Amino acid sequence: MLFYSFFKTLVNKDVVVELKNDIMISGTLAGVDQFLNLKLENIVVNEEKCPQLASVKSCFVRGSVVRYVQLPATEVETDLLQDATRKEHSNQVAAAEKTK
Amino acid sequence: MSQALEPFVDKLVSCLTNDGRHIVGTLRGFDQCVNLVLEESQERVYSATAGVEEVALGLYIIRGDNLAVIGLVDEAADAALQQTFSDIRCEPLKPIAHS
Repeated sequence: MLFYSFFKTLVNKDVVVELKNDIMISGTLAGVDQFLNLKLENIVVNEEKCPQLASVKSCFVRGSVVRYVQLPATEVETDLLQDATRKEHSNQVAAAEKTK
Repeated sequence: MSQALEPFVDKLVSCLTNDGRHIVGTLRGFDQCVNLVLEESQERVYSATAGVEEVALGLYIIRGDNLAVIGLVDEAADAALQQTFSDIRCEPLKPIAHS
């Protein structure tokens, strides 16, 4: 749930999503869900590489096909994110130990 | 909740599948797994040597496992684009590679 919360803080920011089929879609993040599916608005794609999305302004991207999400550095508090990730990891390790 | 494809229902949508196909149709229904029901769907086949070919498919259910992108089509822009179909040359999309 950590990255779901993280993406929620980035709603309405401009991002570039790179998919596993090498398509790059740039747009404004309109929403995210627990599977990290993304909703993008006002999208821009390279029309020569991807004419399929030429007449599309708003789209839904399935989380499972995302390779990267490029974010503006100014919008991410990297230290906080690192701390939260470490905490989440140690919680997961502790929970795993408990269930052994 | 972005899982809701609610705003796309009864509209023309453009779907990219994991095997690199492009299917356009009217979205009639969806579920949590992003399975879709598309009415009057057609596949648009792109090629590096010939223009765009449209293959009529009819009423389709696409399993969510296989979907990559679902885009809301701007009908006016799409109508204009259709005029240029014979001129579009493009390599077919790559399949999704889970590496």
